[in-house]
Amino acid sequence: MTGTLDTMSSATVHGAPPADPPLLDVGELRKRFPVSGTLGLIGRLRRRMKGGPIHLPHVYAVDDVSFTIGKGETVGLVGESGCGKSTLVRVLTRLLDPSGGIVRLGGRELSLTPARRFAKDPDRARIQMVFQDAGESVNPRFTAFAAIADPLRRLRGLRGAALTAKVEKAADQCGLPRALLSRFPHQLSGGQRARVGIARAVAVEPALLVLDEPTAALDVSVQVVILQLLERLKTELGMSYLFVSHDLGVVRLLCDRVLVMYLGKIVESGPARAVFANPLHPYTRALVDAAPSLHDRGAGRIRLQGEPRSPIDPDPNVCRFYGRCPKGTDLCRAEMPALRRFGERDVACHFAEEITAR
Amino acid sequence: MTAVPALLVENLSVEFRTRSGTVQALERVSFAVPKGETLAIVGESGSGKSVTAYAVMGILDPAGKITAGRAMLGGLDLLAATADQVAAVRGREIAMIFQNPRTALNPIRTVGSQIADVLIRHANVPRREAPGRAVDLLRDVGITDPARRAKAYPFEMSGGMCQRVMIAIALAAKPSVLIADEPTTGLDVTTQAVIMDLIGDLARDIGMATIFITHDLALAAQRADRIVVMHAGHVIENAPTAELFARPRHPYTAELIAATPDAAASLAELASIPGSLPDLRRIDLPPCRYAERCPRRRVDCDAELPPAPAIPEHVVACRNPLS
Repeated sequence: MTGTLDTMSSATVHGAPPADPPLLDVGELRKRFPVSGTLGLIGRLRRRMKGGPIHLPHVYAVDDVSFTIGKGETVGLVGESGCGKSTLVRVLTRLLDPSGGIVRLGGRELSLTPARRFAKDPDRARIQMVFQDAGESVNPRFTAFAAIADPLRRLRGLRGAALTAKVEKAADQCGLPRALLSRFPHQLSGGQRARVGIARAVAVEPALLVLDEPTAALDVSVQVVILQLLERLKTELGMSYLFVSHDLGVVRLLCDRVLVMYLGKIVESGPARAVFANPLHPYTRALVDAAPSLHDRGAGRIRLQGEPRSPIDPDPNVCRFYGRCPKGTDLCRAEMPALRRFGERDVACHFAEEITAR
Repeated sequence: MTAVPALLVENLSVEFRTRSGTVQALERVSFAVPKGETLAIVGESGSGKSVTAYAVMGILDPAGKITAGRAMLGGLDLLAATADQVAAVRGREIAMIFQNPRTALNPIRTVGSQIADVLIRHANVPRREAPGRAVDLLRDVGITDPARRAKAYPFEMSGGMCQRVMIAIALAAKPSVLIADEPTTGLDVTTQAVIMDLIGDLARDIGMATIFITHDLALAAQRADRIVVMHAGHVIENAPTAELFARPRHPYTAELIAATPDAAASLAELASIPGSLPDLRRIDLPPCRYAERCPRRRVDCDAELPPAPAIPEHVVACRNPLS
């Protein structure tokens, strides 16, 4: 690896070759939430009466995130809880409005449509989501049939025999026996529920499927089957995946590329195998080291100490990982590292070259 | 292995009476943990891992009934002891931490007062000194600013911190045996590593035996000295960790290892395990509950297996094991 140090804007860095425009193009996406609790209602009223500024502190949940997902590509998104994965997913799936930046799906700018109106948008069907535990995310009073039929009815306007045919087709594609369609979620096993969750998402033929830890609640033997099902569906239906997961082992197997997120920012991205085999960012290194493996007893791994920095109004000049990072120098406290390109990878660390050189 | 294990479970059988029939949840489960060692119990959901722990701790659901077996903690058989005898050792000699720390803690009391309770009840700490000792314990489990955190409620803390509080409570009286039921499920991998390090370090300090229940084979591989594999209420294999992964003998163990993502180079290489757990309400449950899923099944698999000893080097409950 040569380690070219030209610091390009991240939007261009992630750009796919111009011949094949990406399916999803996310640029400088930001989502901030005001934190009113620190001041309280009385405090805010008092401040307003004094005519003072009513600036509230904000949680920087997603901060300047750019990436693309190509057609047919599977991109993994990993990071600790609280790092902004879920917020990012909710903004991308247009359940939340971004505070800034763009979300472009197949050339169309989606962030201009408010989340409230997007529910009725023709593009709603093109981004679908599979949630973590279908036992909890599927309406317990809906049968499997009703759960799969609901998005088809609302988004595709199907009724009657056409609807039934489509539901049965989705069930067949997901390996859910038709005899189970009349059952309620609590009458299904974990694996069958996962299939219902997938079937309802793919029934409306989305271009992009966002999967939020789809196998986290499953045993390994069932997980294997579901992962292989997802892999097959992707090819059969020509979808792209954004795969959110804690389980680095699963991400390594399923994903072409991976994004590593820490406190609202992408700290490393690149081909999944390369990133996990040789992490360049100290946080990625710590994540990989922390993931238990059948083959090593974890000797010599980086142990992360301390709690993450506060995401509320973070200092723009301090690396978000500073304080937990085993490297942590004065430079990290004085200048936020930008994403820089290393071959096929992007890394936001001042010391990435040292790690490349190893 | 040392002569006297810290906890010895022998031929433990548990059944649950339900409206739709009696569930044979555990049948002749045996294992032992020596002082200072970590034993992992692994298996898929429904294999009986948690029921084993609950039975030993005497906190089984009222529908559950222990039909046979003994659980020796030092000289005391926990299963035959009176409620008073069990109450006297539970929390002092044998303690447990649960899967979801947030629901296991009392939501309307500060964590400091919950730790103080345990100190007063189990560690003979005078009431006046308990709050101060609770702060010390919070420091021991690596919580920064423990004096302030002692006044916090569980909802004000992250999942990792709540689990540290649970560990502080469980270890307050320096028990000789700790049962940790999926202590890191739902936590981040980085937090998981910290919590497991913490349990390991504290166990080493006080020479405690740890029984660690998990469905994560890779985590067990990394943390345990010995692994017990359960399937449908049976212990099907029990071996030192390195030995189990190098030479799994039960076909089910081998399949579990092959299904773990860590082991595979590609998705296609991951092997699924055909079939599912048998219905444990069946009256005609076969002696080997894996037989109906087993690729190595033979005619003699339908014959009763001799009960496995609790203290073996490598035990496998199979008539046709892999060699």
